[in-house]
Amino acid sequence: MRAQYLDRMDIERERGITIKSQAVRMPWTKDGQPHILNMIDTPGHVDFTYEVSRSLAACEGAVLLVDAAQGIEAQTLANLYLALENDLTIIPVLNKIDLPAAQPDTYAEELAHLIGCEPSDCLRVSGKTGAGVEELLDEIVRQIPPPTGQAEAPARAMIFDSVYDTYRGVVTYIRVIDGQLTGREKILMMSTGATHELLELGVISPEPVPAKALGVGEVGYLITGVKDVRQSKVGDTVTNQARPASKALAGYADAKPMVFSGLYPLDGSDYPELREALDKLLLNDAALVYEPESSAALGFGFRVGFLGLLHLEIIRERLEREFGLDLIATAPNVVYRVVMEDGTEHTVTNPSEFPTGKISEVHEPIVRATILTPTDFTGAIMDLCQTRRGTLLGMDYLSEDRVELRYTLPLAEIIFDFFDQLKSRTKGYASLDYETTGEQVSDLVKVDILLQGETVDAFSAITHKDKAYSYGTSMAEKLRKLIPRQQFEVPIQAAIGSRIIARENIRAIRKDVLAKCYGGDISRKRKLLEKQKEGKKRMKMVGRVEVPQEAFIAALSTGDESPGKK
Amino acid sequence: MSPALPSRDPAPPDGALSQLALASLTQRDFGVYLHVPFCAARCGYCDFNTYTPSELGGLDIDSYLKSMVREIACASRVLAGQAPAVRTVFVGGGTPTMLGSDQLAQLVAAVEKEFGFADDVEITTEANPESVDETSLRQLRAAGFNRISLGMQSARASVLAMLERKHRPGRALAAVAEARNAGFEHINLDLIYGAAAETEDDWLASLDAVTGAGVDHVSAYALIVEDGTALARKVARGQVAAPDDDVLADRYLLAEDKLTGAGMQWYEVSNWAMSDAARCRHNELYWRGQNWWGFGPGAHSHVGGVRWWNVKHPRRYSALLADGSSPAAGRETLSEIDQRLEEIMLGMRMRQGLPLSRVGSAAPQLMADGLLDPTAFAEGRAALTLRGRLLADSVIRDLS
Ligand SMILES: Nc1nc2c(ncn2[C@@H]2O[C@H](COP(=O)(O)OP(=O)(O)O)[C@@H](O)[C@H]2O)c(=O)[nH]1
Ligand SMILES: C[S@@+](CC[C@H](N)C(=O)[O-])C[C@H]1O[C@@H](n2cnc3c(N)ncnc32)[C@H](O)[C@@H]1O
Ligand code: SF4
Repeated sequence: MRAQYLDRMDIERERGITIKSQAVRMPWTKDGQPHILNMIDTPGHVDFTYEVSRSLAACEGAVLLVDAAQGIEAQTLANLYLALENDLTIIPVLNKIDLPAAQPDTYAEELAHLIGCEPSDCLRVSGKTGAGVEELLDEIVRQIPPPTGQAEAPARAMIFDSVYDTYRGVVTYIRVIDGQLTGREKILMMSTGATHELLELGVISPEPVPAKALGVGEVGYLITGVKDVRQSKVGDTVTNQARPASKALAGYADAKPMVFSGLYPLDGSDYPELREALDKLLLNDAALVYEPESSAALGFGFRVGFLGLLHLEIIRERLEREFGLDLIATAPNVVYRVVMEDGTEHTVTNPSEFPTGKISEVHEPIVRATILTPTDFTGAIMDLCQTRRGTLLGMDYLSEDRVELRYTLPLAEIIFDFFDQLKSRTKGYASLDYETTGEQVSDLVKVDILLQGETVDAFSAITHKDKAYSYGTSMAEKLRKLIPRQQFEVPIQAAIGSRIIARENIRAIRKDVLAKCYGGDISRKRKLLEKQKEGKKRMKMVGRVEVPQEAFIAALSTGDESPGKK
Repeated sequence: MSPALPSRDPAPPDGALSQLALASLTQRDFGVYLHVPFCAARCGYCDFNTYTPSELGGLDIDSYLKSMVREIACASRVLAGQAPAVRTVFVGGGTPTMLGSDQLAQLVAAVEKEFGFADDVEITTEANPESVDETSLRQLRAAGFNRISLGMQSARASVLAMLERKHRPGRALAAVAEARNAGFEHINLDLIYGAAAETEDDWLASLDAVTGAGVDHVSAYALIVEDGTALARKVARGQVAAPDDDVLADRYLLAEDKLTGAGMQWYEVSNWAMSDAARCRHNELYWRGQNWWGFGPGAHSHVGGVRWWNVKHPRRYSALLADGSSPAAGRETLSEIDQRLEEIMLGMRMRQGLPLSRVGSAAPQLMADGLLDPTAFAEGRAALTLRGRLLADSVIRDLS
């Protein structure tokens, strides 16, 4: 079997992460008694928590896998709490005990402390050598309760994932709760009332294998020929059209985009390709939202909503790699709710659309963040959260030398360079998880960046009042260094409304001429000129100022963080 | 010549040209360039196609001369008697005066024998100041040379040292006097400005020296850090500062001021002359898209929209000619668009500029920006202002 069997996307395999849940069915015999284990592998990153929660809702128990060389991470806690909320039986397991750096004893203590069990209850396995895996499977059979659904009732199956496949259309992953689904019958999607012919029904073990029927407790897939994941909605209940269930299972809340960014093709003529690529990704990613927008500086593009920064990075990478597009992305921002003095309200997903006029309140999303860290770095993390407008909610020691810090933080502060800062201030030891918890009213302003008096929409940002000045000065300085000198002087200004808060100047270029041109230089010089003219065509014009795309990319990319691995 | 030769079409082994290209011979002026690819030592900033004796691997001057004569014969075959009398000859390098005066005389004679000279033929040689003397200059004059271009570069010892030049500060001026005594009608001094060691005072001293020398032509070049040179490596390593564009602009303005004050007038962005007659007609021929044949290793030629260039190393050059084939390494045929672009690229660098009908629609904006001259504009021409000369490349980009 190949390594990382269930992580099928290139990006998952490269980054060593799981983005989409995967299901697998496995026979296991304990004490001469055959069993079928239906398992779902879940992602761990905060952006994909919704994937985890809907998978957990389809289960009776959870195996909590902790890396024995790294110990508990903030995401472990988040996923553990999700499992507890679902009343699942939890089997704590330390993996990778084959690694020389593994400290199973230390981490068994931590894990036991957290769950409220004995350190000896934590199983120890190695996915690499197979050590302890049989014991784990036996333990699953022993501890996790069998499914409790009613075999005779009308069929009810929960959709926990839905994936677009170029060859087979939408493949819908389900777990049968009650009754039975059989091939060659019509099914009914309970939320939409749509009926479909079942083209294929099957289990994953570990490759898809068609099956005649799926009964209570079984996890598998079905294919109906629909082409869009939205028609096979995650959280929906599938039933039999001929003998439908009367009541749907409790579904899931839709995943809501939290982070927005403008995506523009470097080459304006690639706009239709970008649209097509997004449409394709959408087939497979119900959490993605986008709508066309245009920018005076960047041309035509899309404002795209993501679950978080990792989601953004992955989508962007897939657009570039799988669809061969070169993109400029504007700095990511959160969604603001702006209430005007006259009571009207605006939802702002693009900073350049921040309303002018009399604003009464600006609401921004906040998160509850959990940070796990060696105690040595507690001070450094508190400093960081302080500068990011955080409020300490509480602090718990996991062990003598590891602590859990809980903060309320504006989401906007987290998506701006927070993760990198956290990692660099803690030598990479701290881990972060967060969940959105609502919004708060904050003193926020829009900072515009002007080139020669013209606002460059792509650089507008919404920041806290106290940070507007530093954003304005650093952006102005950055642009002064990035934009080549022009035939005329170019003032760069940062402004809040009509108030200028920072100013830089790009001095006019004084010399742009090659000294000599001999007979032999002519071909060479013509080639150079052709190249320069080509480069000039790719310049973005802001008024009369020629801004190289590289300058846009550089100015927009610094300060956006790399969310890294889970 | 240039280090990165473009390569498009292979050149035919016999060097043959199309009827279309040949037809231009009677329409345009015809000039000859002779490349002498030898130098005693290589200057750190120089990327010309030139070789020191140790780099030549035992190639002797005689076989170089023999090959040159072979290429001249080859040209005569290709042009099939359709070339008009030669209007300009330019011997460049390298250091042409690494050859003896008699050898240079031999080359010029060979050209005259094949093609004939126009009555007013201009015959120039480049020369390093330390490589000529009273006697050799008289011999050159006697051989028909009537113009000499001396690589003075700077009047200051510190700058010459930085540029790795071998001559002492006074030598170039002495050579000017010797050339004048020898009867040269036109004398040029080359200057380079903007080297890291050069102060404004050094530059003023160089300008004073050339204006006081009584020459009728000055070329003043901003130092270019050419890829692949020793200077480029030093700049990359941070040992030497790259020339600063603002400093170069100031130096250029000083040059314009001093040279104009001495009665000269610019006629191309890096060239000033005492009179129209003192201009380098050979270079003007390049800039006006006329025809010329460049003989020698790495030399470039242009006939009727076809450009070609020879192999660079003197040994390969000699070997090809010894085999009876053309020494060309590659050629390109210029499209209508290429020719248009070159016309603007070269023409706009000259004082008279180009008719407005030959340039793009950006001219009025460029005039409003102070880069094109309003008087010339009123007369229907696009011509650079002083500020426009300093920004000529961007003007050209806008107009083409
Ligand atoms: N040494 C060692 N490496 C392991 C073990 N289990 C998984 N890995 C490696 O850890 C990385 C992440 O594995 P994966 O199962 O995708 O992690 P997940 O996405 O967090 O569930 C991969 O490179 C695996 O090869 C183990 O027991 N020992
Ligand atoms: C073809 S070179 C050779 C002439 C002669 N060997 C000499 O050095 O005096 C002609 C002129 O080009 C100029 N030149 C050469 N390399 C240069 C560079 N890198 N930057 C600016 N001017 C340069 C110098 O002024 C030089 O005199
Ligand atoms: S002497 Fe002239 S051609 Fe020779 S290396 Fe120096 S600058 Fe170049």
